[in-house]
Amino acid sequence: MTYMPNDQQFERGLRMRHLRGSVWQRFFMLSTIVALLALLALFYNVFDQAFGYVAEQYQIDPATLAPDGDISALENDGLTALLLEYQPRKIPVYVRDNLSVVDASQFTTLPLSQVLAGKTVPEEFADKTIRDLAPQDQANLLATNLSHEQLVQLVTTDVVGAEILESWDLTSSLFRRAEVEATAREKYPNAKFYFRSWINFDFLVNPGSSVPGAAGVRTALLGSLWVIAITVIFAFPIGVGAAIYLEEYATRSRINQIIETNVRNLAGVPSIIYGLLGLAIFVRALQFVTDGRTLLSAGLTMGLLILPVIIINAQEALRAVSNAIREASYGLGATKWQTIWNQVLPAAMPGILTGTILAMSRAIGETAPLIVIGASTFIVFDPNGPLSKFTALPIQIYQWTSRPQPQFRDIAAAAIIVLLVVLLLLNASAIYLRQRFKRKLQG
Amino acid sequence: MTQNGAYAIGLKNVNIFYGEKLAVKDVTLSIANQKITAFIGPSGCGKSTVLRSINRMNDLIPGARVEGEVTFHGQQLYDEKVDAVEVRRRIGMVFQKPNPFPKSIYDNVAYGPRLLGVRSKNKLDEIVERSIKSSYLWDEVKTDLKKSGMALSGGQQQRLCIARTIAVEPEVILMDEPCSALDPIATQAIEELMKDLVKTYTIIIVTHNMQQAQRVSDYTAFYSIRKEEETGGKEKRWGLLVEHNHTEKLFSAPQNEETERYIRGEFG
Repeated sequence: MTYMPNDQQFERGLRMRHLRGSVWQRFFMLSTIVALLALLALFYNVFDQAFGYVAEQYQIDPATLAPDGDISALENDGLTALLLEYQPRKIPVYVRDNLSVVDASQFTTLPLSQVLAGKTVPEEFADKTIRDLAPQDQANLLATNLSHEQLVQLVTTDVVGAEILESWDLTSSLFRRAEVEATAREKYPNAKFYFRSWINFDFLVNPGSSVPGAAGVRTALLGSLWVIAITVIFAFPIGVGAAIYLEEYATRSRINQIIETNVRNLAGVPSIIYGLLGLAIFVRALQFVTDGRTLLSAGLTMGLLILPVIIINAQEALRAVSNAIREASYGLGATKWQTIWNQVLPAAMPGILTGTILAMSRAIGETAPLIVIGASTFIVFDPNGPLSKFTALPIQIYQWTSRPQPQFRDIAAAAIIVLLVVLLLLNASAIYLRQRFKRKLQG
Repeated sequence: MTQNGAYAIGLKNVNIFYGEKLAVKDVTLSIANQKITAFIGPSGCGKSTVLRSINRMNDLIPGARVEGEVTFHGQQLYDEKVDAVEVRRRIGMVFQKPNPFPKSIYDNVAYGPRLLGVRSKNKLDEIVERSIKSSYLWDEVKTDLKKSGMALSGGQQQRLCIARTIAVEPEVILMDEPCSALDPIATQAIEELMKDLVKTYTIIIVTHNMQQAQRVSDYTAFYSIRKEEETGGKEKRWGLLVEHNHTEKLFSAPQNEETERYIRGEFG
């Protein structure tokens, strides 16, 4: 008496078993394809916006202003002369927006020694207000106090006034080029029609601007790099330290288990809540340290956000270190700290770094906490230290996408590409570091 | 029992617990100085547990607890004033699976001395050379001390671990089945090495292999298991020392009937 199936039953059963297997295999393949399609859709969307034909028109052709149309070849005096010639009434506005250190309501009434405190002001004007100055003298203030780069930007936006009248996406630029060109020539007979890559060198090195064609991501990019640097400097040592304590020192007591469970739960708390926490602690309560809505506040808030992720990953990496190595070290008369420092940490380092990479990638793309703690949405100055006001890439992208002019969507797409590239570079360098640690361990 | 009457280690009424569970009960045993003592017995009899209590390696296991007296030249090892770190330096250990650090051969051997504060390059060079020579590994690795310890063969790794242990100049070396992961040729090399090391060190070796105990040891301690039915169908098991004698005597004329059955291979 056997319970095994006879040959016929076996064959039928076998077919069914194989069939079930191949159905699952198809399902798994389909899942992969869906994920791939989502990724492709993302890339298509971004690249479609970031490249394409544009119709650009100048208010004044730069070729008439400077030799070869190269504005930046002019000296500061030449640049202010252009401003004086074409935008005479805006000169005081430039002084107010770029140089004044007092409130806008007092700008015209206070003496220049106060309005422009810390700037270079000729002595004979110190007691006068801005209204007392001749336009040429006001322009001279700009020439002496503004950088060449700032002046070039003012001339580019306000005198040359290059305006992109319409932009087309990559798909129509590639597949309906003739039609697009015909429309452009008809609608904008005086405009220049050319293929524009919204992501270009100028875009990387220009600060923000209210004109999409002149705007760049430099300020936001620097802001993001500052934030991520502060975040890692703050969260890495504390996170790894906490992981070492929990994994190597803490006993399996009830309190420690509650702490561990809570660390795990913290990793799942929505980021906007960390933003509120950062607002309360770093921006408000610790204002005397962080100076309010600054890079330092943002970095520390992001640090809090990724701390649980770093702790959890570091704990897992420490737990994965083989006990044989610990025992070998203790067996030679090493103290606990010597064992941790010389054996356990180096062996866990690749895993700890992997966790930190993941956490950093999360932090660099986070937007919600930065909005809550008040990253500036429009700022044209580079951050020059942890206590600067700042903007960051995701904030800049968010702000650009919410502008009415369609061209801002194009530069938002370009900024997304910059963000993705920064992300990839960070990951690549961290992976390189991790591999070096691994190679060192394996000799 | 020993000719010169010198004992390195003494265990008196030692009970070892893991949490509430009794692992080894009432072991009383003296380990002869500069001899090789072998611990044999069936799996689960607690011979490794006893071994690891001698250099306080059990301290690392949460909940492990030792009752009774463990002495090293008369000094209580579980006295509050005794630092386990100091104990482990004087009583070194070689493990079942070769476990070199993921570092160079040189750094593996220099690790212990560096822990103790030896920094001078010349001194470290000398210690490394002397230790590797003492473990019969020098000719095989002398040109390649920068190579990773992990890149050596199993037998070489185990000899590296022995070199690493003797680099801190312990008095006793505990070996927990040091050959169980090795092939016969590597095993033979380790056994010859042990016979040489015993001129300087006291050695205790846990082994599953009765032939090995007979080949290398001067004394043999045989451990076995006792069971007791508890209410609820559970079973309580613990290990205990059955017989301890000169290796020759224990294998030729066992005093205990259980020892005799074990060495005849009736259980194990």
